[in-house]
Amino acid sequence: MSEKRVLIVGGGLAGLAAAMKACELGLEVDIFSMVHVKRSHSVCAQGGINGAVNTKGEGDSPYIHFVDTIKGGDFLADQPPVLSMCEAAPSVINMMDRLGVTFNRTPEGLLDFRRFGGTLHHRTAFAGASTGQQLLYSLDEQVRRWEAEGKVRKFENWEFTRLILDKDGRAVGLVAQDLTTMEFKSFPGLAVVLATGGPGLMFGKTTNSTINFGSATSAAYKQGVWYGNPEMVQIHPTGIPGSDKLRLISESARGEGGRVWVPRKAGDKRAWNEIPPAERYYFLEERYPLYGNLVPRDIASREIALICTKEGLGIGGRQAVYLDLTHQPEEYLLKKLGAILDIYEKFRGVDPKKVPMEIYPAYHYSMGGLYAGYEADSTGRLLKNSPKNQETNIPGVYAIGEADHQYHGANRLGANSLMSCIFAGLVCGESLAALAKNSKTAEAASSLLESECKLEEETYKKLAAQDGPENPFVIHKELGDAMSAYCLIERHNGELKKLQGMVDSFAERLKKASSLDKSNSGNMSAVFLRQLDGMITMSKAVVDAALLRDECRGAHSKPDFDNPAPSKETPIEDPAWTAYYEKFLAQTQTWLKTTVAKYDPKKSHPTIEYQTVDTRHLEPEPRDYTGVGKKAWAKFKEKRQATQAKA
Amino acid sequence: MSKNVEILVKRQDSPKAPSYWVEFSVPYEEGMNVISLLQGIRRDPKDKSGKSVTPVTWESSCLEEVCGACTMVINGKVRQACTALVDQLEQPIKLEPMSKFPVERDLRVNRQRIFDNLKKVNAWVEVDGYHDLGPGPRQNPDDQTTTYKYSECMSCGCCMEVCPQFTKDNDFIGAAVLGQARLFNMHPTGEMQMPKRLDKVTDKGGIQDCGLAQQCVKACPKHIPLVEAIGQLQRDITVNKVFGALKK
Repeated sequence: MSEKRVLIVGGGLAGLAAAMKACELGLEVDIFSMVHVKRSHSVCAQGGINGAVNTKGEGDSPYIHFVDTIKGGDFLADQPPVLSMCEAAPSVINMMDRLGVTFNRTPEGLLDFRRFGGTLHHRTAFAGASTGQQLLYSLDEQVRRWEAEGKVRKFENWEFTRLILDKDGRAVGLVAQDLTTMEFKSFPGLAVVLATGGPGLMFGKTTNSTINFGSATSAAYKQGVWYGNPEMVQIHPTGIPGSDKLRLISESARGEGGRVWVPRKAGDKRAWNEIPPAERYYFLEERYPLYGNLVPRDIASREIALICTKEGLGIGGRQAVYLDLTHQPEEYLLKKLGAILDIYEKFRGVDPKKVPMEIYPAYHYSMGGLYAGYEADSTGRLLKNSPKNQETNIPGVYAIGEADHQYHGANRLGANSLMSCIFAGLVCGESLAALAKNSKTAEAASSLLESECKLEEETYKKLAAQDGPENPFVIHKELGDAMSAYCLIERHNGELKKLQGMVDSFAERLKKASSLDKSNSGNMSAVFLRQLDGMITMSKAVVDAALLRDECRGAHSKPDFDNPAPSKETPIEDPAWTAYYEKFLAQTQTWLKTTVAKYDPKKSHPTIEYQTVDTRHLEPEPRDYTGVGKKAWAKFKEKRQATQAKA
Repeated sequence: MSKNVEILVKRQDSPKAPSYWVEFSVPYEEGMNVISLLQGIRRDPKDKSGKSVTPVTWESSCLEEVCGACTMVINGKVRQACTALVDQLEQPIKLEPMSKFPVERDLRVNRQRIFDNLKKVNAWVEVDGYHDLGPGPRQNPDDQTTTYKYSECMSCGCCMEVCPQFTKDNDFIGAAVLGQARLFNMHPTGEMQMPKRLDKVTDKGGIQDCGLAQQCVKACPKHIPLVEAIGQLQRDITVNKVFGALKK
């Protein structure tokens, strides 16, 4: 083994950024991916990447980006990594520009920026409407350059199945399976980086790609890596219903002027263009005058879902609302949103430039992930070149990208994920170099590599031989339906308890499932048993954590424990505000904590613990997107300080 | 009454095994695409006669026609399975693996050759480093419109599948890879490495093997102007040769 070889699992934005940076710093890299890295899920990101470059003269700054991100995530994110990310964001965008990303330009030839949810600034750089694809391709090209120099080896169409830990519990390698020949092999390395994306498929039909099983995450979790904030999963407000998956209309559709509405009258049977403007209910604009259609995703999703389910105002009584761009000039739409509008037309057969789109919220992203730590400097930023940054609780195991739990707290702002993926990747590259410099780790014993590989072979052999009456793909569909029904837009403890029982029964049925295929060539069914086991394992963490968190925070909405703000018409002297803020403070005291799920091999469910959130820069306050609460909160704080001073 | 969708799949159990056809019949749902048919088969893996068979293996990822994974030959035409809507296809729907790449299993092929060829032509921008060096070069918005088109290439291989010059046993690099060489020649920094890139483009299996059949451009799902790219590369090669000779 080369003393400088690191193992990176996953070849999306985070994994490739880490690989490229690690190579620049003199390391050698093995990359493992279930698909050719160019086909990773990052390609699905449409809208853009955030960085306060402030070329629009709006007075935007990295600090405002930081405030928006922390507030958008309902204060659940540790603040040092977020501050460092927002401060680095403009230079990351510049670097990506230098790598050849085909970003849209202004007439002066500068990068163009658009508005996204949860901010009042034009902060989102974009490349047509396939920004994720364009960013991924540029990183892919750089990594190919290192590959041509012999610094990178790629193992594509391989699946990671196990960490190899030495007797001190440090990662010294991994086991992976070739998905064509079905053979297993051990790989030694200085560190293992998990950049394997989110676990979305546990929710069945989602906006995620067909590879987002979360099986790598689950394998590491079962070997002792902690999982942070599993209950925090994001629903995208504007999904397109589909028979195989839920596609997405990017938030940029709203950023470019898209308006969300329903007919004011329940059960209105008229076609959209027969409903005059006065009879259209632009509910986001009316309820959130300051942010309008660009409120953060959790709020938009809940409003859209509830207006259909609770208020019965969905189009034709269905679960759908209009996302309307028809008032914008066609040429403008083609230029700014061409590719995403194409997607809608391709899959629905209707031209959204002429007819409003029909949309409904869909599972989209996991803010939670493998617990990634950091080391802060005296100013409350990430300590540069610390090997602790992005490292999990297991030495030598790193987590980055959607697979980690950092950066987004309880809710992610649109266009922050592409930034967090690349940023965490670059930081991780530096951590790996620092680790290599100080490492006195001996090479993994070949007997250990052999025995761990054997273990995985045996486990797989048993799986492939499974011959029960159950079809694993059917169990998966039922798991997804149950998770989406009881653990997504709104959560109720009664339903969550019922769901726990359902998940347990899926685990039981999995033992009686058939591999459907005994072949040892490209066998996708036998490996699916392992992938499904991973999804069931992770769904237990999600459901258990959701059941325990008795509050509403970001994407986690539990109406029975809600603390709704007084209506925006309430005068700020009204005692309703005081009562609201008192309750807010009490809730913060109890629940402003990072959930940590730990796998316990002796129990069928995880142990759930909590950790303090690092809020050293910004004091938690109630989120307010109406523009009214700000004054009331200031008055409340003033009064409270006066009382405290007297006491 | 429920209707069914009739499907014919060309299967192959392993890389060296012979291929064979299997008929399937899957219950119809509104808005189905070829992917949802294959998903339907694996939830109830039986052929049309009711005999149990193994689920069909295929490759997929994004299902939004931006990753290129689910490319296969559908009713004789190479395309992505995710955008192949059942309502627009004649039945029985015939599914075959791409013919220009080695089959691994059923509809899944090995397209490593595309990525190896991208490596051959230096399809990247050579930057000095990944540290903060300020903004990149300013670019005309019109140029971005052109380059974005090329940069949408998802290495799916449709252009190679239809190319008469690209065969399983020769080493032609194919239109998509030439398109990428053109893309990096257009970038203000990438242009500085153009002579080196052009040398690679004229290596064995390079641009000279193109027969100008112009099938690639018709098959490209992203409508990338591949013929234009090849034409421009040829002009650049000529210019480069002349200037190269003059310099000597």
